[in-house]
Amino acid sequence: MRIRHVISSLGLLAWAGLAGGLMLDRAAAEEAAKPLARQDWSFNGMQGTYDRAALQRGFQVYKEVCATCHSLSLLSYRNLGGGKGFAAGDESASGPGFSEAEIKAIAAEYKVKDGPNDQGEMFERPARPSDRFVGPFANDNAARAANNGSLPPDLSLMIKARANGADYVYALLTEYGDAPGGFQLTEGMNYNAAFPGHQIAMPQPLHGDDVKYADGTKATIEQEAHDVVQFLAWAAEPNLEARHRLGIEVLGFLVILTGLFFVLKRRIAKRLGLH
Amino acid sequence: MSTHNSPNSDPQASQSQAGKTNLRNYGLVRWIDYRLPFVGFIEKDLIGYPEPKNLNYWWSFGSLAGITLLVMILSGIFLAMHYIPNTEMAFNSVESIMRDVNGGWLIRYIHMNGASLFFLVVYIHIFRGIYYGSYKSPRELLWIIGVVILLLMMATAFLGYVLPWGQMSFWGATVITNLFSAIPVIGTPITTWLWGGFGVGNPTLNRFFALHYLLPFVIIGVAMLHLLALRTHGSNNPLGIEVRSKADTIPFHPYYTVKDLFSLGVFAIVFAVLVFYMPNALGEPDNYKPANPLITPAHIVPEWYLLPFYAILRSIPSKLGGVLAMGGAIFMLFILPWLDRSRVRSCTFRPIYKVLFWVFVVDCLLLGYLGAKPPEGWYLIGSRLAAAWYFIHFLILTPLVGWFETPKPLPVSISLPVLPSTALPQEKH
Amino acid sequence: MQNAAKPIPAGPAQVPPQGAADQPDHSRRDFLTLATGAMTVVGVAAFVWPFINSMNPASDVLALSTTEVDLAPLKLGQALTVVWRGSPVFIRHRTPDEITAAAAVNLAELRDPETDAARVKKPQWLVMVGVCTHLGCVPLGQAPGDPKGEYGGWFCPCHGSQYDTAGRIRKGPAPQNLVIPPYVFETDTLIKIG
Repeated sequence: MRIRHVISSLGLLAWAGLAGGLMLDRAAAEEAAKPLARQDWSFNGMQGTYDRAALQRGFQVYKEVCATCHSLSLLSYRNLGGGKGFAAGDESASGPGFSEAEIKAIAAEYKVKDGPNDQGEMFERPARPSDRFVGPFANDNAARAANNGSLPPDLSLMIKARANGADYVYALLTEYGDAPGGFQLTEGMNYNAAFPGHQIAMPQPLHGDDVKYADGTKATIEQEAHDVVQFLAWAAEPNLEARHRLGIEVLGFLVILTGLFFVLKRRIAKRLGLH
Repeated sequence: MSTHNSPNSDPQASQSQAGKTNLRNYGLVRWIDYRLPFVGFIEKDLIGYPEPKNLNYWWSFGSLAGITLLVMILSGIFLAMHYIPNTEMAFNSVESIMRDVNGGWLIRYIHMNGASLFFLVVYIHIFRGIYYGSYKSPRELLWIIGVVILLLMMATAFLGYVLPWGQMSFWGATVITNLFSAIPVIGTPITTWLWGGFGVGNPTLNRFFALHYLLPFVIIGVAMLHLLALRTHGSNNPLGIEVRSKADTIPFHPYYTVKDLFSLGVFAIVFAVLVFYMPNALGEPDNYKPANPLITPAHIVPEWYLLPFYAILRSIPSKLGGVLAMGGAIFMLFILPWLDRSRVRSCTFRPIYKVLFWVFVVDCLLLGYLGAKPPEGWYLIGSRLAAAWYFIHFLILTPLVGWFETPKPLPVSISLPVLPSTALPQEKH
Repeated sequence: MQNAAKPIPAGPAQVPPQGAADQPDHSRRDFLTLATGAMTVVGVAAFVWPFINSMNPASDVLALSTTEVDLAPLKLGQALTVVWRGSPVFIRHRTPDEITAAAAVNLAELRDPETDAARVKKPQWLVMVGVCTHLGCVPLGQAPGDPKGEYGGWFCPCHGSQYDTAGRIRKGPAPQNLVIPPYVFETDTLIKIG
């Protein structure tokens, strides 16, 4: 028994020391980075849904501000209506909920290259609802050339491609400012407290009143940022509402079935004299 | 099945069984069974198979692993119907599954999180085997076949992780394939051969897809061998002593069928919570960025289930040394049956080895934690210590403890407690 | 894992024999088994369904299921083949002679009786899916030099089915007339198929 005690106390001591060291190190690391402010998003939680009005406003912000530089290549104009739910024929709105006519009108504002036609030539035609979102640049190199060599990333998956994406993008859009004294800002870069390294090529996109909301909502920076993050969160995960709905049903079913299995198991155990 | 039962088994149980399983009364069943003993197999090896009567819930993880494998294959086959293994289209085809295919998001999230749960279940299964000494004679080959399954799973998981062609896919593939370049002389040609080019590219993606589709079926084959070896000497049990008489066993059905189904229900609930409410919690956000061969993400980490091995790899400041250490970590599992000299299987009766076991569990968790951290400062020192402990545990402590430890007295049989009721509290009724 | 140390009672030998007192419990257990079994079957079916459903047309495929065609460039007597849902659609600008011939046919002679008027929205424009109703070949008769069969319509080279100027089956193995797709005239010369 002595040996056992020696080994266990030695082991415990070693692990405690290691854990303590790691925690100290961790605390030091966290001091350097400002923690991300958590926002209360409507799509968080088990019953979370997107805010339909915010999605429409957010689309407007994307269209009138972000789309000057950022593509949204994984979305089609048809997605702007009700989303496609999980069950067949379930068209309950999970997208911004624009009507078919509105979607047609939005799509028709853009030109897509099609062809070749009967003469073997490529031609331009107005976009249709089935077309993907038309990006601002013909290709990545054109985008770089127009933006001082940096490529404005596609926004389709932005919220899922960053840790705590919604909070991060919200912070990024609202935390532009002047560099604190002593901060070496490279020529052509902008100071942003939320961006890793604090130097970002994108100039401040939202200043307040960048768009005029049709529903009369006041277009403050915070409001615009909130709306466009809602829109981008939906763009990244359009099936979130269907997922949340189905999840409740599946879990309810499984809990009942598992309970039945448990009761059945206990009875058989009793019958066999096991417990 | 009643024919396989001992005379003293529950009369009602065998009675109700007999009513259900008298399929042989049907001529067609008899005709088929004479030529292809399917019903006989089900009766003998699934329904009436005698299992030790004292298996606890840790024994459910074997069947859970099998079911998870089937779920992975099912979801994988349907994903493959929509996936395009081409570097230009792979990322978008996965997103098309997530957005356009009917229920595609569900199938993909099942496959993504199923991989994690598969490893979780198998790791618990392995730790159970270590705790109860399931690797000991005569089950050494059963254990080794199991470790082979683990290796195949790792390969399959790695290949599959490359397919979505995100940033982590690409850089994970680059880093892991570069491990082979650590082999002296032939390393570089082997790496080039693996790639089918001069870096991870389209030929790599294509062959990874083909192999990712193939390997799960190899796993099924090896799992069959695993079962065959299991059935040769039967399941180990929490007491780690041999089955001595029919009184020590009960038929697999209905008790263990329903017990495993209950475990499956609990497992399915955990699975559903992951799939429906935190589908990306175990993944890396970076894999939602399309692969870019010109930019490496700031922190490349493998999926959580490979992190302990990754930590061991990085703890050695030499390329070949790191690869060897990582391979050695798996090799330890292969030779474990011969490292442990104790004649007692179960940790229940091994006071010192039991402590070592739990320290080893903590060590593995710690290695996993450190594998996700940048290899610098305390993290590096920590992973070196933890990696050293991993090998000390297997190579020094396990043989040593087996040699000097005095085990507690073993019960005479599974159905008869060896000690009077003073030492161990009697079962409540 | 500590539970493992607990000794297991001798089991079956200790169980009291199942007597009459246990019988009421029996039917309850059977109901429980039945209910659990039924629920398990439902669960498995519900689990398998999304996999099967994933093979149905995806939403991007469905979104491409309409085709718009401008008829203005098509001169009298000319034909045009467009693609709709991956299949050819024949559009023929019929001459007055062809229309008269199609309308004059005695319905009793037809294998699949249909009036010409029922097969067109505007008599000069015949729009139909160019897939033979026999075994899915594409009939000839669109290009000026093609064989058009005995009835001046279309001729299927695979098994010799012959269609008239309204696309109705007149001779050969095909069982039905060429299929008319759903379409609407958006303007006088612009149609939307699908």
